[in-house]
Amino acid sequence: MNIVVCIKQVPDAKTVRFDTEKGTLVREGVEAVINPFDFHALEAGLQLKDTYGGEVTVLSMGPPQAENALKEALSLGADKGILLSDRAFAGADTLATTYTLAKAIEKLGSVDLVLCGKQAIDGDTAQVGPGLAVRLGLPYVTCVNALSVLDDGKTMHLRRINEDGYDMLELEMPALLTVLASLNTPRLPSLKGKMRARKAEIPVWDARELGAKPGMVGLAGSATQVVSTSVPTFEARREMLEGSAEEQVETLVSRFKEAGIL
Amino acid sequence: MLNVDIEKCTGCGECEESCTFEAIFVEDEVAVVNQDACTLCGICVDGCPEGALEFHVEEGLLTTTDLSSWKGIWVVAECRSGVLAPVTFELLAKSRELACELDTEVTAVFMGHEIESKAQELIFYGADRVLVVDHPELATFTDEVYGNILADLAGKENPEIILAGATAMGRSYIPRVATILETGLTADCTGLDIRKEDRALLQTRPAFGGNLLATIVCPGHRPQMATVRPHVMRANPPDPGRKGEVIRILPGEDLLSHRVQVLESVKEQAEGPNLSEADVIVTVGRGFEQEKNVEPARELADLLGGTLGATRAAVDAGWLSGRTQIGQTGVTVSPKLYMACGVSGAIQHIVGMQGSEIIVSINKDAEAPIFDVTTYGLVGDVKEILPLLIRRIQKERGS
Amino acid sequence: MAQVNYFLTEEQQMIVDLARQIAVEKIIPVRAKLDENEEFPWDIMKDIAQADLFGLYIPEEYGGFAKGCFENCLALEQLAYGCIAVTTTFAASALGGYPILLFGSDEQKARYLPDIAVGKRLVAFGLTEANAGSDAAGIQTTAVEDGDHWVLNGTKQWITSGGEAEIYTIVAMTNKNKGARGATSFIVEKGDPGFSFGKKERKMGLNASSTRELIMNECRIPKDRILGRKGQGFIMAMRTLDLARPGIGAIAVGLAQAALDEAVKYARQRIQFGQPIISFQALQHMLADMATTIEAARALVYSVAKTLDEGAKDTAKISAMAKLFATDMAMQVTTDAVQVLGGYGYMKSYPVEKMMRDAKILQIYEGTNQILRNVIGQALNKEYAKK
Repeated sequence: MNIVVCIKQVPDAKTVRFDTEKGTLVREGVEAVINPFDFHALEAGLQLKDTYGGEVTVLSMGPPQAENALKEALSLGADKGILLSDRAFAGADTLATTYTLAKAIEKLGSVDLVLCGKQAIDGDTAQVGPGLAVRLGLPYVTCVNALSVLDDGKTMHLRRINEDGYDMLELEMPALLTVLASLNTPRLPSLKGKMRARKAEIPVWDARELGAKPGMVGLAGSATQVVSTSVPTFEARREMLEGSAEEQVETLVSRFKEAGIL
Repeated sequence: MLNVDIEKCTGCGECEESCTFEAIFVEDEVAVVNQDACTLCGICVDGCPEGALEFHVEEGLLTTTDLSSWKGIWVVAECRSGVLAPVTFELLAKSRELACELDTEVTAVFMGHEIESKAQELIFYGADRVLVVDHPELATFTDEVYGNILADLAGKENPEIILAGATAMGRSYIPRVATILETGLTADCTGLDIRKEDRALLQTRPAFGGNLLATIVCPGHRPQMATVRPHVMRANPPDPGRKGEVIRILPGEDLLSHRVQVLESVKEQAEGPNLSEADVIVTVGRGFEQEKNVEPARELADLLGGTLGATRAAVDAGWLSGRTQIGQTGVTVSPKLYMACGVSGAIQHIVGMQGSEIIVSINKDAEAPIFDVTTYGLVGDVKEILPLLIRRIQKERGS
Repeated sequence: MAQVNYFLTEEQQMIVDLARQIAVEKIIPVRAKLDENEEFPWDIMKDIAQADLFGLYIPEEYGGFAKGCFENCLALEQLAYGCIAVTTTFAASALGGYPILLFGSDEQKARYLPDIAVGKRLVAFGLTEANAGSDAAGIQTTAVEDGDHWVLNGTKQWITSGGEAEIYTIVAMTNKNKGARGATSFIVEKGDPGFSFGKKERKMGLNASSTRELIMNECRIPKDRILGRKGQGFIMAMRTLDLARPGIGAIAVGLAQAALDEAVKYARQRIQFGQPIISFQALQHMLADMATTIEAARALVYSVAKTLDEGAKDTAKISAMAKLFATDMAMQVTTDAVQVLGGYGYMKSYPVEKMMRDAKILQIYEGTNQILRNVIGQALNKEYAKK
């Protein structure tokens, strides 16, 4: 089974600070990590490989430092990593991102399964998975939290979560899935994996290597633009209730009445 | 890439201040760009008082020709198990406001099977026109069929704006439509507005789990598409006197094939209303210390007509199921009332709930980070405060 | 701010990072629950196995990494940062594995080490008995030859991972008249006839580790399960403990570091008299002593471990020193951490009370600190007699 897992390097939520005055993210001291959902996509790929054999290729579009994310994926057991990096890719929205990823996957050749996390925790769009599937002409299912492969080795049964419960779905590979954190528990890296990752060479594919049209990648290939950003604050509305437990509860109840909750 | 017009640049430093990525800085009284760090986000371009910054775009993506031929606002109605989702009414109300600014009409696109009787309801809530696509193949939701039909209709009728609910369904198949139409899509918006001078839809959405609000436009492509977070906009009360047009559409056979089969749809109501649509959420954190202490939280949730949520710690401890986990890798919620009980407020939790309207936090540590996002803070032990609160609310209700 | 640099190689740093990741992601979130439920951490053992750490000290030909005592200490320290009960289970497997590595025949190594290296089977070390604690020579378990078999009779007490492990290295008397020289080691497997386990002991701390009696009642094992030669049992036990004791020191360092981190974090947040309590000198001095003794213990443990890895002989004294100093330090530091947190420190909702309860065992197991002082004292006597 040839599996491609798309991962993104994102700022670690634990180290991110926001500047309320400038309305921006403070980059200083921010550590870059693999998007948490993508670990689950990778784990799903590794488990399928453990059962059915084949190869797991990890793909990431990002700056040169995103190589670290790919190396981490190798330490967890991925067979190879490819970095899509080019100054021309900067400023990509989901439309340009899916174009670039699709070009890379087409270049890889025959692929049975493409796996993505449900969404990236920085952009939170959840659009790259479905968009990429459309570009590749693949059927897709989002928000998967259980999967199995039938005996024929290509039909999958999937559970997709929605607001009211879930749907059980069937599809035949090749296909694309986006996965929830509840699908699995990602494994830890192994010492052997880390040693292998340290020595591994990560190929870098740029726009020319991908045969990408210049007008389709990065900012040029993006339909949307960010006009402004701001950081919401909460301090202004905060009220710390005072007094004993009884008194605090009393005040809370009157606030509830004012707000029409009671 | 980002270019600086050194004739115009005064070296005022506004751009350096505003750059999130430390990619632009003033050196010898002129702005210099570190092209490797620049992500072309555009914030400095927008903020430059001299207009000295501009993007140099090689050869842009083929933009939509003749933007003015795209007219009207579409709302994609969502119907699950025969019931219209509340977000549909919220979108209709918002669309009416936007349509007023743009001097255009609101069309609801309504896909499903045996749904026609509900079309009038969409008119009562604000639609001028309803495009009803009623077909047995639409009885169950598949991304391919729903997406193909909507893309096909939009390609034929050229709406200026398409809005859909940022529900599990909307966030799954609307990206398909946007990709087919090769246009921009902004996910999970919490604010929509019109920039009058160029009729642009200003789409405001939380990023970084709500720590950053970004306003996004789609200048060169139509339709402008957005999914909108349920619960954020307010629906208007239905007006049974409103008149509108119901148009039946027969989908082409070629649009009805799909490669994903729905084997079954299972309703699973865990406890109370589901998390993402609940008005009230009572969340259980580590402060309960033991499983046996959780009961009052359940009682309070019942009393307020809400549902129980959990932090990662409470799920790891086995007190509540993983389905109830709120936060970065769990569910993101924005109820009217969020009660964080014994929750310290790790950033991974806060990103999943800070969009809530009123946040009440109960924690014995007055310095707990949860109080940074709190509306009403109570310092004390949940094990003591919850029973007091329950009794007090029961008394209020006279029971 | 500069930290003491131990000049770890890239590979050693990887081991540190990996073990720390297991502690933070897998152990810390569940340690309170494991402690309260006295639950054996099978899931975490699987995680440690999947991370390859069980194979650190095992030669490459048996699927391991051929690393030394030092690398083992690095892993133990980081795991102990999460929970020393979990770490003890991991360490006990090495304690039980060393005799096979040191004295096993090629055939025995080939049979057992590959499974041990990948964490497929846990190992336990059975030396202690009701009447043979500090005085290992008081062992009453016997082994008698009977045709193609050895027949073992007796009861081992307080055996870490008893009942959970599948491989046991057991010291029994083959000749009671010879005292310590009459002891011999054997490999006993779970499922061997006549081999059973007592009930799980309830303890003050270390609750996530399983401690049981090993009961041998006419326990028949094949002849080839003898480790080394007859009469080597006692020396084998001592050599094993010499190798393992720096590891206990490393566990102490990891535990104390965790307690210090909790204490400093709390002292910076806790406001009394209008200021964070860390601004009070009385507290600063406590924290300063904690941090300094931790670093001193770490430096000692690392140096001793590296000395062992260089092939030093007659290491009883320095191995004992590494364990003695570090574990007394850990008891003091965890006690002080509880003190820094005051009333909160005494509550189960904060982790330091567990750390303090757990710390106590470090001064007791693998040689009480009194016995270790004897070992060091006797070594000094011998050392100075030669001068």
